[in-house]
Amino acid sequence: MKPLHLVPDDVNVPFLKFRKIFYIVSLVMVLASVGLFVTKGLNFGIDFRGGILLEIKTDGPADISALRDNLGSLGLGDVSIQEFGEPDDVLIQLQRQDGDEKAQMAALATVTKALGDNVTIRRSELVGPKVGDELKEAGVYSVAISLLLIMVYIWFRFEWQFAVASVVALLHDVLITIGFFVITGVQFDLATLAAVLTVAGYSINDTVVVFDRIREYLRKFRKMEIPDLLDLSINSTLSRTTMTSFTTLLALIALFVFGGEAIRGFTMALIFGIVIGTYSSICVASPLLMVLRLNRKIPEGEETQKAGA
Amino acid sequence: MLYFTKWKAALVLLVCALGVIYAAPNFLPKGTLATEASYLPGKQISLGLDLRGGSHMLLEVDINSVIRERYEALGDTIRSTLREERIRYRPRDAGLDGAEVTIVNADEVEKARDLIRDVEPNTVMSGDGNNIIVSYTEQARKELVDRAISQSLEVVRRRVDELGTTEPSIQRQGEDRIVVQVPGLDDPSRLRAILGRTAKMNFHLVNEEKTASQARATGMPPGTIILPSADAGDRAAGINEYLIDRRVVVSGDNLIDSQPTFNDGRPVVSFRFDAAGGARFGDMTSKNAGRRLAIVLDGEVISAPRINEPILGGNGIITGQFSVQEANDLSLLLRAGALPAPMQILEERSVGPGLGQDSVEAGEIAAVLGLVFVIAFMVISYGRFGIYADIALLMNLILVLAVMSVLQATLTLPGIAGIVLTVGMAVDANVLIFERIREERNNGRTIINAIDAGYRSAMSTILDANLTTLIAALVLFSFGSGPIKGFAVTLAIGIITSMFSAIWVTRLLISVWVKRRRPTELVL
Repeated sequence: MKPLHLVPDDVNVPFLKFRKIFYIVSLVMVLASVGLFVTKGLNFGIDFRGGILLEIKTDGPADISALRDNLGSLGLGDVSIQEFGEPDDVLIQLQRQDGDEKAQMAALATVTKALGDNVTIRRSELVGPKVGDELKEAGVYSVAISLLLIMVYIWFRFEWQFAVASVVALLHDVLITIGFFVITGVQFDLATLAAVLTVAGYSINDTVVVFDRIREYLRKFRKMEIPDLLDLSINSTLSRTTMTSFTTLLALIALFVFGGEAIRGFTMALIFGIVIGTYSSICVASPLLMVLRLNRKIPEGEETQKAGA
Repeated sequence: MLYFTKWKAALVLLVCALGVIYAAPNFLPKGTLATEASYLPGKQISLGLDLRGGSHMLLEVDINSVIRERYEALGDTIRSTLREERIRYRPRDAGLDGAEVTIVNADEVEKARDLIRDVEPNTVMSGDGNNIIVSYTEQARKELVDRAISQSLEVVRRRVDELGTTEPSIQRQGEDRIVVQVPGLDDPSRLRAILGRTAKMNFHLVNEEKTASQARATGMPPGTIILPSADAGDRAAGINEYLIDRRVVVSGDNLIDSQPTFNDGRPVVSFRFDAAGGARFGDMTSKNAGRRLAIVLDGEVISAPRINEPILGGNGIITGQFSVQEANDLSLLLRAGALPAPMQILEERSVGPGLGQDSVEAGEIAAVLGLVFVIAFMVISYGRFGIYADIALLMNLILVLAVMSVLQATLTLPGIAGIVLTVGMAVDANVLIFERIREERNNGRTIINAIDAGYRSAMSTILDANLTTLIAALVLFSFGSGPIKGFAVTLAIGIITSMFSAIWVTRLLISVWVKRRRPTELVL
């Protein structure tokens, strides 16, 4: 049996020829994401906003509107009530209460009392204002620090053009993934933040593989024009890029379908991020090297050695 | 390069064998492990609270109240010292910055300072003119805080232990926080109820010259305060607050036991004093027979019975409109002792046992299916080499489980997601290698040459690619909390073990195949 090749061996797509189109598409997506983020904002979960979350199981299919009337009349501000996976599974979220942590506890007590004994509380989470703010801060730090560390690593391993291009591609992926959250309204909590960071790691991983190849070909094909060389590198690694993305997506889709409601948002972020990350390492990162005027002087050391020999 | 020295091959096999041995306990039920499989290592991966069910609570000790209390006491000491030495002063309220006094005569300020330095050596003094502000040194303050926290930890531990759950974990976090994790707890509201209270109990005498509202209108008798009543019986009778003497006649510090019991068919709480407390209580009740005694818990009067006769044995009961649960909780709190300072619940995350079980099942299904998909796809794409990659993939999973067992890492729901993600990404190294071999073959190299070159040139790429993901995982680990840490752990372990299995295990398999079969054709 002949093994299946997702990409033919002699593939030769002139990616660089279309780079202007890619730039425009990416720029539109990034700008739209940033615009939406600023105007509409993320649907932050209680991890970052503070508040209360309850997952309950009702006796038989839940009567959402009755629940809404019941809990809405408690005077606890915004109460969001939605079905969660199963008809008898309900997710209740309360906004952060005015006042300190005591006010949150009081609200939790009020809600559990109002729900009565006929429902089972499967999960309850309460994040006070203090912890919410701290988690938000830690989240921002963790994104910033991982981006910085990754950039430093790439800078050590490659020339600066590669570091800049890969970080641009990385930011591109992270921003568009965040845009995806704004558009879909999927809740942004600690788990989804972790997903975004994983996307960052994955995106850079994909990009590095292509860059490694470019660096290799720069040494190997000394006469080749840079655009041709970039195209050749992308095409040589295209089979690997698609294979890896595909296997990762296979695993993630299994997780998305069967992994349960609790990590669905998290998995969705990963799936979307991996698609975007694959696109960016093929269509954004390498063409960007052109813009950054990657030139033949790399790797300098070897050239001078040659000249001397 | 394809040639494996004997010891290298042995090393790879040894790592694999160790992986199997250390991962094995996770597939056996705990009971069987102890009895029938005692030859295996006893460590299993521990499940996070989100998978086994239980409660996580983050508490903050109100350090300021401890400090304020201590400065009030410090103020008392200073004032009595000044009185003894007949230095005239004007008292000031103690704040968070220190105890403050104003010395009336300017020429006595120096003397006062010397005196204070003698009685309270661990303090520093500031203030201008006749004002003296006495505060603890940094060192003394830190000791104060540490002592309050360790006392709180002890009290919290005693309270949680009373719930009778297995393996609760109670740890200090940062300067003034305590993390409580109680696995397998059905009802977090119980935990909330017993952790949310200071449980400081004191006995005061009720001032019956006036009612609280009269006192409010006509002026408070000296040395009295008004406290709200928490007794439902009182409220029903229209009594919402009490006027009581500020002075504590007997403090709850002397309690040594307390039990829920019944009196006339109603739930009540009995208590018992130690010898000193019992004597003081007997003395007090003898002197004040006929008066009402207010039992004050955390600033609320829970009951105010009349002292009918002296209570000499050191035993008593608290009656009130308690439910059985409330009586249980109150006696538990009194037994476990009072917290040195109030605590607040900053964060709570509880998962019921049902949901945890559901999550484990969902995670297992997803992991197995993801694995099956990837395994099938690798065989379809790379034939024989795909099978080798699949063996490496399974080995990788075993190694992840083994490392997690040895490190006693906690598996959480996002952690399962991390493993599934690892399944997808672990084959990446093999994909890189095989694609490279395919290319080298297409460039006309011989089979052995191509395989060799494939492994060699893919190496630096694999390293670069994995290290960057590892960076993200490590940052997640240091910033993330609870479940997210679990994700970072499995991801990081998965990345490291996958480098071993994808490179060395497949290489060993391929080299054995090449040596035995001497293939002339490479289907890839």
